[in-house]
Amino acid sequence: MVYERGITEMNIDLVSKYKIFVAISLVVIIAGLAVTVFQGLNLGIDFKGGTVIYVNIGKPYSPDDIRSILSSQGIEATVVQVGDNKQDAIIRMRYMENQKEIQQKLIEALKEKYDLTDERFNVDTVGPTIGKDLTRNAILSTVISWVFILIYVGIRFEFKSGVAAIVALVHDVLIMVSAAALLRTQINSPFVAAVLTIIGYSINDTIVIFDRVRENQKRSGKSLSKAEIVNRSINESLTRTINTALTTFFTVTALYVFGVESIKEFSLPILVGIISGTYSTIFIAGPLWVEWNERAERRRLATAK
Amino acid sequence: MRKKSGLKLFLIIACIAILCYIALNGLEIGIYRIVPLGERVQQGLDLKGGLYVVYEADIAPGDPDRDNKIAGAIRVMRNRLDKANQHEATIAPQGTNRIVVEIPGVDNPQELADILMKPAVLEFIGPEGDVIITGKDVKTAKPGYITGQKPVVHFELHPEGAKKFAEATEKYLGKVIKIVLDGNPISQPTVNEVIPNGQGVIEGMKDIEEAQKLANLIESGALPVELKQVEVRTIGATLGANALERGILAGIVGLSLVFLFMLVYYRLPGLVADLALVLYALLVMLITVLARITITLPGIAGIVLSIGMAVDANVIIFERIKEELRAGKTMRAALDSGFSKAFSAILDSNVTTLIAGVVLLYFGTGPIQGFAKTLMLGVVVSMFTAIVFTKYVLRLIIDLNVQNKKLYGV
Repeated sequence: MVYERGITEMNIDLVSKYKIFVAISLVVIIAGLAVTVFQGLNLGIDFKGGTVIYVNIGKPYSPDDIRSILSSQGIEATVVQVGDNKQDAIIRMRYMENQKEIQQKLIEALKEKYDLTDERFNVDTVGPTIGKDLTRNAILSTVISWVFILIYVGIRFEFKSGVAAIVALVHDVLIMVSAAALLRTQINSPFVAAVLTIIGYSINDTIVIFDRVRENQKRSGKSLSKAEIVNRSINESLTRTINTALTTFFTVTALYVFGVESIKEFSLPILVGIISGTYSTIFIAGPLWVEWNERAERRRLATAK
Repeated sequence: MRKKSGLKLFLIIACIAILCYIALNGLEIGIYRIVPLGERVQQGLDLKGGLYVVYEADIAPGDPDRDNKIAGAIRVMRNRLDKANQHEATIAPQGTNRIVVEIPGVDNPQELADILMKPAVLEFIGPEGDVIITGKDVKTAKPGYITGQKPVVHFELHPEGAKKFAEATEKYLGKVIKIVLDGNPISQPTVNEVIPNGQGVIEGMKDIEEAQKLANLIESGALPVELKQVEVRTIGATLGANALERGILAGIVGLSLVFLFMLVYYRLPGLVADLALVLYALLVMLITVLARITITLPGIAGIVLSIGMAVDANVIIFERIKEELRAGKTMRAALDSGFSKAFSAILDSNVTTLIAGVVLLYFGTGPIQGFAKTLMLGVVVSMFTAIVFTKYVLRLIIDLNVQNKKLYGV
């Protein structure tokens, strides 16, 4: 098959162009961070506290009817129409002192209007203190996973590979946060889980490349430069990188398409993360390792003189 | 050689097919009955509906008695749940000052959540403001009626409490002893006679249900700490069932896409990888049931995601084998060196994924832990099916002398 041979014998020079790839990522990240700074992230109740009522009305309805119930009760909340047949509603409100009574009154009104039972309601109420812990745990667990991965890669490979792999991971997390900021998606605890999943996925991807580098280095000795070795390794692993990204992409897309709202909230950032993870594996981690090694080499030569 | 390999191959495929059938449909032989695996999976609250509450205890961070107070509160809450017939409910401490309660399928979730955090401090207070006995002195409390239809709570005291009560009723004969629950007087009887046997009644209930609830609260004891609800999630059963259905649908579609992709791209090895994937799905289900892992919605997501990642090891191996074949090696040599060269990549990449999983399990709460468990399970099982199973089956196929390299996607 012509095209398969094409892939294996493909030798795209990725290393020398790495500045372009880094620049592309930086544009996305800076845009995302700018939005984050000026508009803030769209944090959900898990972080900010508040109540989300998800109700399956089970027949066509107008969200304006729910809005008028809300305003008649003096409740400030947003209503979004969701579901396959647009028969579900998500009502979101901020945390208030007498939250319980307010939401109970609203639920009773909805039950009466649409003739519903408790079975059709999901009600999530989160106090304002939980968010702080979640933020702390999210940051802590992300950083701790990086530290352990750095240690493991440092032992199995070398310290510089570990750092390059971690930079790729930081890149992925930043891209995911930026995408969430730009798309204005709600950030709740599923987002945190998605980020940690991608850390697990992307490191997996990067390690496969470094494994190739390790092997090619051993085989070629000093006959090839670091840039040549990395180029060859990335190219040799390219089919695998793409195929694995594809199979994972298939299953997560299925989750996004068929899953319920909370699953969508989780699978969308994962889809972004898979793209970012594949990108950082091919274009960022390896070239960065080369650049760092070459710089160290130049410095060594400079001091030797 | 060829015959033997063919037989083994046939047996393996037959075994997997039979296991699949049993897993999906169950089996009945005489008195022995195996229920379908799906029915044995423990579903999380987000799938079967229920109540999830996080309580926060008001304890100073440096309190040396902190753990005891939390443990005490959990005991009291367990008593109350048992009395409300919620035996399937789980209670667990979270962090240093929180308690998580999960109750499947409740009718009036908010009421139950409120009962659990009621302090239930019962005090009998004399006319001089002195506390005579407390809820701790009460041995039993039962609802009942006096003088025809007045609902009351009958109580009986421990011997020590009975002694104190006898002394007090003697001292305050003709005076009022207030009965106070959580600071609210519920009954203010006048002492008509000395009560030596430690038995008495509390009046002031609207109906027998209220008497029952009060009796339950008194018997369960008072909470040693003040609690407040910081997180309450109620999941309607209909919505949960829908989420499960949609999750399974996503799993089937995702699995089919991966199946098709592997078959089209890798041909014969792809078919073996698909077989390994079926075995993988079976093993994950089986371990989930045996290890009693509760499957939550994020847990399903973890499994579906891991299906995509499970074929990764096979992809790595097959790409290696292809390379070796192109380099001109024989089938068998290509298989062996392909596997051995792929092994370090598979091991290292999966260990790093497991590291992320462990961190998620340790720092995550509730549903996130469910996700971490299934993800880690998926990683471990997929390493086994991809390395051990695929290699074995591919060997058998090579023994059959299927040498056409086109079938291997080269």
